[in-house]
Amino acid sequence: MSVITYRDAVSSVLREALDEDERVFLMGEDIGPYGGAFAVTKGFWEKYGQRRIKDSPLAESVIVGAGVGAAMAGLRPVVELMTINFSLLAMDQIVNHAAKIRYMSGGQFSIPLIIRTVTGAGASVGATHSQSFEGWYASVPGLTVVTPSTPRDVIGLFRSCRELNDPVMFVEHILLYGTRGEAPDSGDFRIPIGQADLRRTGGDITLCGYSRMALVAEQAAEILAREGIEADVIDLRCLRPLDMDTVVASVKKTHRALMVEETTRLGGFAGELVSQVQEEAFEYLDAPVGRVAGAEVPMPYSFPLEQLAIPSAESVAAAARKLVNGV
Amino acid sequence: MLKADVPELNKSDLLGFYRQMKLIREFERESERQYTRGNIKGFLHVYNGEEAIAVGAINTLRPDDYIVTHYRDHGQALARGMTSNEVMAELMGKATGCSKGKGGSMHLFSSDLNFMGGYAIVGGQLCIAAGLALAVQYRGDDQVVLCFFGDGAVNEGEFHEAMNLAAIWNLPVIFFCEHNLYGMGASSKETLVMWDSLHEMAAAYGMSRYEVDGNDVLEVRTLMQKINAEVRAGSGPAFVVARTYRLRGHSVADPADYRPQDEVSYWAGQDPIPRYRDWLTDEGIATVEDFEEIDASVDEEVVVAAEFGESSPWPESASLYDDVYTDRPTEGIPA
Repeated sequence: MSVITYRDAVSSVLREALDEDERVFLMGEDIGPYGGAFAVTKGFWEKYGQRRIKDSPLAESVIVGAGVGAAMAGLRPVVELMTINFSLLAMDQIVNHAAKIRYMSGGQFSIPLIIRTVTGAGASVGATHSQSFEGWYASVPGLTVVTPSTPRDVIGLFRSCRELNDPVMFVEHILLYGTRGEAPDSGDFRIPIGQADLRRTGGDITLCGYSRMALVAEQAAEILAREGIEADVIDLRCLRPLDMDTVVASVKKTHRALMVEETTRLGGFAGELVSQVQEEAFEYLDAPVGRVAGAEVPMPYSFPLEQLAIPSAESVAAAARKLVNGV
Repeated sequence: MLKADVPELNKSDLLGFYRQMKLIREFERESERQYTRGNIKGFLHVYNGEEAIAVGAINTLRPDDYIVTHYRDHGQALARGMTSNEVMAELMGKATGCSKGKGGSMHLFSSDLNFMGGYAIVGGQLCIAAGLALAVQYRGDDQVVLCFFGDGAVNEGEFHEAMNLAAIWNLPVIFFCEHNLYGMGASSKETLVMWDSLHEMAAAYGMSRYEVDGNDVLEVRTLMQKINAEVRAGSGPAFVVARTYRLRGHSVADPADYRPQDEVSYWAGQDPIPRYRDWLTDEGIATVEDFEEIDASVDEEVVVAAEFGESSPWPESASLYDDVYTDRPTEGIPA
């Protein structure tokens, strides 16, 4: 095991894909000489050349659409949308085309396309650059939505995504690129798609999140442990397919659950988790299933206001404490 | 055009074009009948009046070339060689349809024929066509991609994104605009600044550009022969605008009463099928008996297709969840 950054993990699996499979090429804005907005593809253009590292115009719809077409013709494109905010400009290609061509063609065409993008708030980049739309994409049959939170998960999940033959939204988090973690040594290491990760075990409450909020939930569990409250912490890792079995099994043990997400509560993904828990484990619950979510505002720029709008370890711990103690 | 202008085509070729156009026309008439009877649901956009485009353009392609098109796609599907049976069955939502009833009229696909789909969100297919062409270029192959869309699509942002990308990367794609003067019910004269010289929009992309009489099958074919050869040889993308007209409304639900009568009358006189039939007659290529024979065989094919569609089974309930993903069963509760 070596310790690497989340950024290094993404870079390494991309290099691996390019080295192993001639059908793989990368396409996106500023992934070439610039090296990627988050420096993920630094040095790629020099090493692999512009045939395989396609620096595209600022044109999100054709970045994804050309990926769809190339995938239909048998290639395995990995396209980058600089942030998930910009993915709205490619929504037609992602939702109307990539996700539906296989079904609408009666299975004649598959779309083995990986769309890498970056979600999340907390980088002081204002309302238009701080959104988390992965939950929207999870509502679309035909898509696979993956949200790694650690370098290990980046590697294991990306390798599994490459083995799929359908479109994937591979959603990285803007605040995680500099975080460090252990990387698996084996090139055979995989994490199955649709398998949540029980990151910590405890008997009193289940804390469930994904991407950076899974890490925030873990920090909250440490705070709670100092007070004698032990939490299961689950990182969903994938939103579609969604591993509710792991969540439900945990809730049947702990009898309490708190869902944590970065985006707004109304229409958010946590509502889906709450609904499924009450459908599957209602009689096991000792308290209503709770939610901690982002504030119902466009993300403010000013640092202290932004911090107020995003769930923190403290706010998650407080909500958990209330569910366990009743106050 | 004279027969001498197309010396490479023999009588069989020339009558073959007539038969394809006639088949599309009669297929569409039958599909409207079936729609009225309730055997076809949803939207139905017929191709009447634009047959010379599909037949003239698609017959210049190789089997390994790619076609991408819009939702008014029955004509292109038939011209590419999909059978009347599989298309009619798809329109009826039957298990024997080209897409097992999952796509319907607006979303015809055939992997065997590199018919990469009818796309019903206007403009999206241009981006997909650019990607197919990118794959051809990436592999160092020499196929071309033929992408059909209407004049309405020119106003979509995806038109610009795809045209620019194809031009800047020199992709082997032909953007083919069927300029029928209407985007649904809106006249292009009211919505497109360049409506009367639409092909010149490609000048902004430094792209080869052409305008052609879309109701003349041999004019379309001759131009496309030339363009295909150039694009195949690496010239980069081309933009073709074929002037044509819908003889029917936007869909079968549309009486098209927003169109001026003199315009409708003018274009009725430009109907590509009588025009071509007259040409074949005037050039001494075909006789009344030839046409009678072809028309009878077309009528029979269409009747057989309707019977095939009607007698075909519905998709199995269990197929509801098939083909959402390639590698795994869909989450959800099977019916």
